[in-house]
Amino acid sequence: MNGPLSAPGAPAGSSPPPPVPQPAGVPILRLGDVLVTGLLNELDDKSAVAFTEELTTRIVGDAARGVLIDISRLEVIDSFVARTLMELTTMARLLGARVIVAGMRPAVAITLVELGLQLTGVETALNAEAGLLALGWQQMPRPSGEAPRDSLR
Amino acid sequence: MSTSETSVRDGLLEALREREQEIADRWVRLQLEQSTLDTDMNEHELREEADLLISALRTGLASDVPVERLVTSQHELRRTVIELSLRRARAGATPTATSLAVLSLKEVLLEAMQHTTRDTAELFSAAVLVNRLLDAAGALSFETYVEGREEIIQRQSRQLMELSTPVVRLWHHVLAVPLIGTLDTARTQVVMENLLQGIQDHEAKVAIIDITGVPAVDTAVAQHLMHTVNAVRLMGADCVISGIRPPIAQTIAQLGIDLSTILTRATLADALAAAVHLTDQPSVSGSYSPAGP
Amino acid sequence: MTLYDEQLTRSAGLGPQRSPVRAGSATYSVSSEEDLLTVRHAVRAATVEAGFGLVDQTRIVTAASELARNAYIHGGGGSLTIEQLRQPPQQGGRRGLRLTVRDEGPGIPDLESALTDGFTTGAGLGHGLGGAQRLMHEFSVHSTTGEGTTVVVTRWNGR
Repeated sequence: MNGPLSAPGAPAGSSPPPPVPQPAGVPILRLGDVLVTGLLNELDDKSAVAFTEELTTRIVGDAARGVLIDISRLEVIDSFVARTLMELTTMARLLGARVIVAGMRPAVAITLVELGLQLTGVETALNAEAGLLALGWQQMPRPSGEAPRDSLR
Repeated sequence: MSTSETSVRDGLLEALREREQEIADRWVRLQLEQSTLDTDMNEHELREEADLLISALRTGLASDVPVERLVTSQHELRRTVIELSLRRARAGATPTATSLAVLSLKEVLLEAMQHTTRDTAELFSAAVLVNRLLDAAGALSFETYVEGREEIIQRQSRQLMELSTPVVRLWHHVLAVPLIGTLDTARTQVVMENLLQGIQDHEAKVAIIDITGVPAVDTAVAQHLMHTVNAVRLMGADCVISGIRPPIAQTIAQLGIDLSTILTRATLADALAAAVHLTDQPSVSGSYSPAGP
Repeated sequence: MTLYDEQLTRSAGLGPQRSPVRAGSATYSVSSEEDLLTVRHAVRAATVEAGFGLVDQTRIVTAASELARNAYIHGGGGSLTIEQLRQPPQQGGRRGLRLTVRDEGPGIPDLESALTDGFTTGAGLGHGLGGAQRLMHEFSVHSTTGEGTTVVVTRWNGR
């Protein structure tokens, strides 16, 4: 936990605090062979590195074939966050998982393009649902043998 | 002059105080009779306006600001005249009608003065003073009106820009923006923002930009169009451009933009067919893979 | 309607103080990760105050984020100043926001390539300068080797 920084967007109220410290504030949820996670506005260097590490560990550990990163809460994507997303995508692909980044806000998309960043190699989807659909999640008979450890909200 | 001015001011002030109701009523009636108004303001609104102006004139005359600078320098009076003009500008009155309406108050004031004095010299001085005062007010209202009108024009042109770039839903999950007329940077940006917002609102999978009605684009606009295509993809939708005419194709080619990554169609109909085909496929967009069949 | 009235009133030169070019400024330190977040929040609040639309807000906050991160990572820390601007009525009376980012780091030896950096490589972090330049209306950078870098960017509110 990086102190007060992760507080604003962290899952609040109903869900109990995560048992394991969550570096980037968003838990990684497993649905079948797909991992679902997100990014928060307050992403700093340390938590970005920690998050990348955790996600890659989980891809290998859970034998995930797909990763959905929900970024609908991101109000700003600067080159640092963009690079983090691109690196995550590349690493996941090397580990055999397909990454889809879902839910980019219109203003963020315009700004990112004007900034000159195309998120090369990153697949995008309109929202988490569309992303999961693309990852073939609806074909799974049931989420998984094991109950999800965390919920997104 | 200063002593006589003071006494004339006092006289006018007295008339305004004693005959406030009468002056206001008379002015409102005069405006309605003269049909110089040409606004949709009703009698009640005019009456309110009259009360405000008369009260401001009283405050102004009671101050020690010289009459020639009264309207421009006395805060309350100046503000009242400006507000009156802006209100009428919004109600659709012409600047001439607005300043004529202000000037018609002269007549009413002079009539009122006739009730307080019969002295010709005094009446003449009063006429000079009333003239100066209300000429300044008429000029200020004209000036304000023009400035206010400018604002309205600017606002309307912004609204027109929004109107001229409608985002329409053509099919399930398919949006289109038919662009007509010359594109400049400002308008292209509005298009881009509206389109992306539309994609989010309608959960669209494909956005068609139809530029059949665009005669030519400059390099900045071509660049914006390409930005739009890229931004649409970042949001997870696909973009089809239809109706690219030869001169525009030339501009795009000269920019060195790789058209192979952009799905283009000759007509809006072809683009719609392509879009419908795309929506049958998994809705993922990647900037590394060329869109299209 | 009230906002519109304000615009009209302003254009008529009615405001008590007539068109100060600078309507207020604040300076923030940029010397830690926490500072980067603080600065982003402050810039966001300033864009809202200046009446910018959502897309412009995002542009300005993103530019601020790029420049502040530069000052922190490449310049070893520095400061960011936010200024509210207003043009004189005869020039359109638009509002604007100016950001000045200073550091006392090693400076940028090759400004020209720093400005094209982010655009050509895309993936690289570059200096974020080119990106910030494209997001803002006015851009100037001053850098002296061994003494530091100052970047000044401005965006006007066109709406």
